[in-house]
Amino acid sequence: MEPRPRSFYVLATFFSLFLLFLYGPTITIAILSFQGPGGGLTFPMRGTSLHWFRDLFEQQAVGDIWGSFRRSVTLGLMVMVTTVVLSVMGGLAFRKKFKGSGILFYLIITSLVIPSILISLGVGLIFSQSGLDVHWSTSGFGAQLTWTLPFGLLIMFAVFNRFDKAYEEAARDLGASAWQTLRHVVLPIIGPSLIGVALFGFTLSYDEFARTLLTAGSYNTLPLEIFGMTTNVTTPVLYALGTLTTVFSLLMIGLFLCLALYSTRRRARAGSDAGKGML
Amino acid sequence: MLKNNTLVGWLMAGPIMAVLLFFLVLPIVMIVVVSFWRATEFSIIPAFVWENYEFLFGSNVTYRVFFNTFKYAAITWAFTLTIGFTVAYFLAFHVRTLTWQIVLFLLCTIPFWTSNIIRMISWIPFLGRNGIANSTLISWGVIDEPLDWLLFSDFAVILAFVHLYTLFMVVPIFNTMMRIDKSLIEAARDAGASGAQILWNVIIPLTKPGIMIGTIFVVTLVMGDFITVRFMSGSQSANVGRLISNDIALLAYPSASATAVVLLLTVLIVIGILLRFVDIRKEL
Repeated sequence: MEPRPRSFYVLATFFSLFLLFLYGPTITIAILSFQGPGGGLTFPMRGTSLHWFRDLFEQQAVGDIWGSFRRSVTLGLMVMVTTVVLSVMGGLAFRKKFKGSGILFYLIITSLVIPSILISLGVGLIFSQSGLDVHWSTSGFGAQLTWTLPFGLLIMFAVFNRFDKAYEEAARDLGASAWQTLRHVVLPIIGPSLIGVALFGFTLSYDEFARTLLTAGSYNTLPLEIFGMTTNVTTPVLYALGTLTTVFSLLMIGLFLCLALYSTRRRARAGSDAGKGML
Repeated sequence: MLKNNTLVGWLMAGPIMAVLLFFLVLPIVMIVVVSFWRATEFSIIPAFVWENYEFLFGSNVTYRVFFNTFKYAAITWAFTLTIGFTVAYFLAFHVRTLTWQIVLFLLCTIPFWTSNIIRMISWIPFLGRNGIANSTLISWGVIDEPLDWLLFSDFAVILAFVHLYTLFMVVPIFNTMMRIDKSLIEAARDAGASGAQILWNVIIPLTKPGIMIGTIFVVTLVMGDFITVRFMSGSQSANVGRLISNDIALLAYPSASATAVVLLLTVLIVIGILLRFVDIRKEL
């Protein structure tokens, strides 16, 4: 290999500083959440303890955190499943280049670029004017889909743009029905990308704030609860909560990435039987 | 056959269409309608009056706030583009194996899947009056007194925007860079181009679509934001989003709707201009 040019070391330094910029603050609050009981929102550390984490587990010390956590996870799973199913269907539909697909495409772009507060305001108004109660599982659910579906569909577009139609043709030539082709050929091939769509669906919903602000109703999701805390909680318990929910997000991301890696490996192993054919 | 395609296509795209109609199109229609309504202290009344718009365009605050919104968007855009381009360039052209490219790329994207609010909160220990930045600068003897403008200022707002949204530049730019045929660069080098010339005359022109997509993301996210500005400026600065959310807090929905309509039109015009430079469907 040729030696690295000097620019490599300059850029590598820049990149490392960028990573420090990305992760530094989060790591700082993770450290500060272990403050001793007398500690404040910034350094120096006054001893180390699990005091602030214990606070989180004490009933009603800081609001309904665990209730909102449960709601956020449930909502995240609902949004995830819906996003995956609808994105696959939408992606398949777009391959047919059907009439009117242009309109849908522009709707999706609009959904992506529209300021979140407009969705919040509009959905909130529709529900209040038609006498319905806003609730995280109805209005909140729909409002979040307008944010996750565009990501899901754009990923599906990217996947199907690179999809080799020859696989489907081969399946059809061998006598597979449309459903069999989808079930045994198309879905296994796009499987790993679906895990990506699921990751987007869950995490974007779990962290969404603006679109749920006016659509969640009287039961808060976790981000709303945390934002409420920023105005009246001035102890490291805020950091402890932030650390815990970030750790939870990281675990979920890790899980999804491992699943994607595993299914890619499995596909690579089981996908080709070249050279093993029965003569 | 064509007709059949259309029918099946609509059937499969039906659920998405339904969600978008009910939770995207209808809300926009509703906002436009309500922007013509009247508000009392307790309720909003269906009407068709222009007073919300008259008030909006008659107030000096509106113009200042819109100017502020564009200012945030422009400054954030400049920083995210510079940082995002450099990071993507490093990943695409200086990291040699695909595995390392994927690993480093994932390291850049993981924060995107964590909570924005937590990431904003996490600047407090850095920027606060007794925060890390101030105490470090004092111990180095750069300053004698803690700086007040680090947290709760325009500086903090821009910093948070750059922190949250640089990723939206890195991903599309990296994506287009990875598709540049490496032989083009070799050809340029063989023809005697210097590194800077290759960057300027080959790589940047070929990366333009990615830059445009990143620009669309960053500009719309910043223009539509209200929570970052509120939190990081300590409610001292305003942008259009905050104008809307303040009206909502006062239950002045018609006025909030009128501002929202103007904001939406502004964003759409900006996107319309940006889309002239790139065909998104081709870039996926």
